[in-house]
Amino acid sequence: MSELAITVLQFGLLLLLWILILSIIAAQGRDMMVSKRARTRAPRNEAPASAPEAESTPATVHHSGKTPRPRPRRLVISEGPLVGTEIELGSIPIMLGRAQECTVVLDDDYSSGKHARLFPQGSRWFLEDLGSTNGTWLGDEQLTRASTVEPGDRIRIGKTVLELRT
Amino acid sequence: MKSQDHDAHPKPRRNIELLLLLIALTIGIGAQVLVGLNLEDTIDQRYWTEGGVQVALALAFHIALRLRAKYADPFILPIVVTLNGLGIAMIHRLDFTNQYDGVADRQLMWTAVSMVAAIALLVLLRDHRRLRQLTYISLAVSVLLLFLPIVPGLGQDIQGAQVWVTIGGMSFQPGELAKITLGIFFAGFLANNRDLILLAGRKVGPLTFPRLQDLGPLFLAWLIALGVLIVQNDLGNALMFFGLFVAVIYVATSRISWVAIGVAFVAVGAVLAYQFVWHARNRFDIWLHPFDDEIYDQLYGSHQLVQGLFGLAHGGLTGTGLGSGSPQIVALANSDMIIVAFGEELGFLGLSAMLVLYLILFSRYMRAGLGTRDHFGKLLAVGLAMVLVLQVFVVVGGITRVIPMSGLVSPFLAAGGSALLANWLIVAIVLLISHAARRPIVVGPMLNTTGEGASGTEDPLRGRNTGEQDPVNESQGSATAPALKEGESFRE
Repeated sequence: MSELAITVLQFGLLLLLWILILSIIAAQGRDMMVSKRARTRAPRNEAPASAPEAESTPATVHHSGKTPRPRPRRLVISEGPLVGTEIELGSIPIMLGRAQECTVVLDDDYSSGKHARLFPQGSRWFLEDLGSTNGTWLGDEQLTRASTVEPGDRIRIGKTVLELRT
Repeated sequence: MKSQDHDAHPKPRRNIELLLLLIALTIGIGAQVLVGLNLEDTIDQRYWTEGGVQVALALAFHIALRLRAKYADPFILPIVVTLNGLGIAMIHRLDFTNQYDGVADRQLMWTAVSMVAAIALLVLLRDHRRLRQLTYISLAVSVLLLFLPIVPGLGQDIQGAQVWVTIGGMSFQPGELAKITLGIFFAGFLANNRDLILLAGRKVGPLTFPRLQDLGPLFLAWLIALGVLIVQNDLGNALMFFGLFVAVIYVATSRISWVAIGVAFVAVGAVLAYQFVWHARNRFDIWLHPFDDEIYDQLYGSHQLVQGLFGLAHGGLTGTGLGSGSPQIVALANSDMIIVAFGEELGFLGLSAMLVLYLILFSRYMRAGLGTRDHFGKLLAVGLAMVLVLQVFVVVGGITRVIPMSGLVSPFLAAGGSALLANWLIVAIVLLISHAARRPIVVGPMLNTTGEGASGTEDPLRGRNTGEQDPVNESQGSATAPALKEGESFRE
């Protein structure tokens, strides 16, 4: 093979390498911009289950444009087998579930052993699902990540509904 | 760009992967044929069989993904296949020199073994969350793997680093696999204890330091890894394990104090190593004064580094062309210094393209971690991404005199079966994590698992063994009821 042909092929190889890179970047499209989307949108307004989440720690979950409310002091069970039960909120996380070691032992066939966890961060309380079978619902939406709970929000675990009160 | 709607069902995107895979294979096999053309080797049956093996392996992997992890990241496999193919081509090119012979065939064989192992892991594991159950077993296995080379009779000392194990004529670097097992341990441990480490702690100025008792097992693991590596004289791996540790703990807690502690530890470690380890002092001297005649001429001197720099300079912008340079002047040109061989023969354009490929691969690993919903998967993906990027940094940084040189090999490129196997297994794990991240969630009807009329006790093992935490089904399986589970069968 002539020297020229080989040189052309060598450059072709370099070109192909960059073509691969450019096609990967082109095909990625908006994929890498998800984190930006997640940061700018209001978390409650869209279906949380469908969009991939970018933030991992509860400390980075933001609520845009909400003024801080008074700190919740009680957790009240408003529906379900244990209706009327009240728990004082301190500064330690609260475990919800059927297991005996939970802070709030739910007598509910539809809840899991360690179903969900409420924990304080700053002046807010966050709710996190612990991989339960039937899921944890905040308002009308199923939790996919730790999310803030405001007083009056309905937390549904199985047939039990809980609320934070100030 | 076709708008890919995130709010609708995500697309599997396997066809894009196939297309990119074809470009990747063309690059790898084309490079090898170019080497043959340029060195006036006859392009015979052998080239086509070797190329055919690569095509078959890549397609097998692609089909396995189609069947078992439909929503896995479509970019990881093509990038890895490109790098692996280029590595084989360069090793093949160096086989034409006097120093090396038959290394390319061995590399191709190891590629086959690694890819088959990765496919097997992909098919058998199915869900990365099952690895979480192996948290403490991983710690034990890591210790075993790291200690194997210093067991008398098994271990072998090559070039001052005692990291090899020889069993029946086959030598292997068990420390490479410890990257994976330690990554699993760090991720599993921190996923379990994240809140404790995050919430409890003592505040010192702006930084919050965690309590010592929360970190006991983690520090123990880290000390063992580091101790063994210092005994083995393998500074590159020590740096990598330490970086993995700091990165995972930083991501788990989002506390900057960890990075501060980490940098302080590296500084102290570097001073101590310089004072007491001859091997390390030697590397420092080479790094700081490579052009000193005395250091250049001594045994284990800076000859390798300096010739590597000359090689990179010789490559220029477009390189000498595959087969036209003289990369064999540098010692270990087909393993530790293979980056130099690429820099010389493909030039700045080629080498920077490969570094960009590493960067994209790293970003895809991180993307898998960002997308997945469980803490363990996030931490594991980030840890494995750090393993990749630290290897590249230590190798390229060492060659270009940014940091002292230490014995790590560039992932997927360099000759060496153990590293190749470990890196392919990492690819399989990350692909599983990205599959979990992108697949659509189908929420089944509510289940009564323990109360009156519960049916969940029929087959309690089924739910437990899949390691699933929520009733997530493959989209094709959504018509059938999700696996039934008992209330207690969740994570820890």
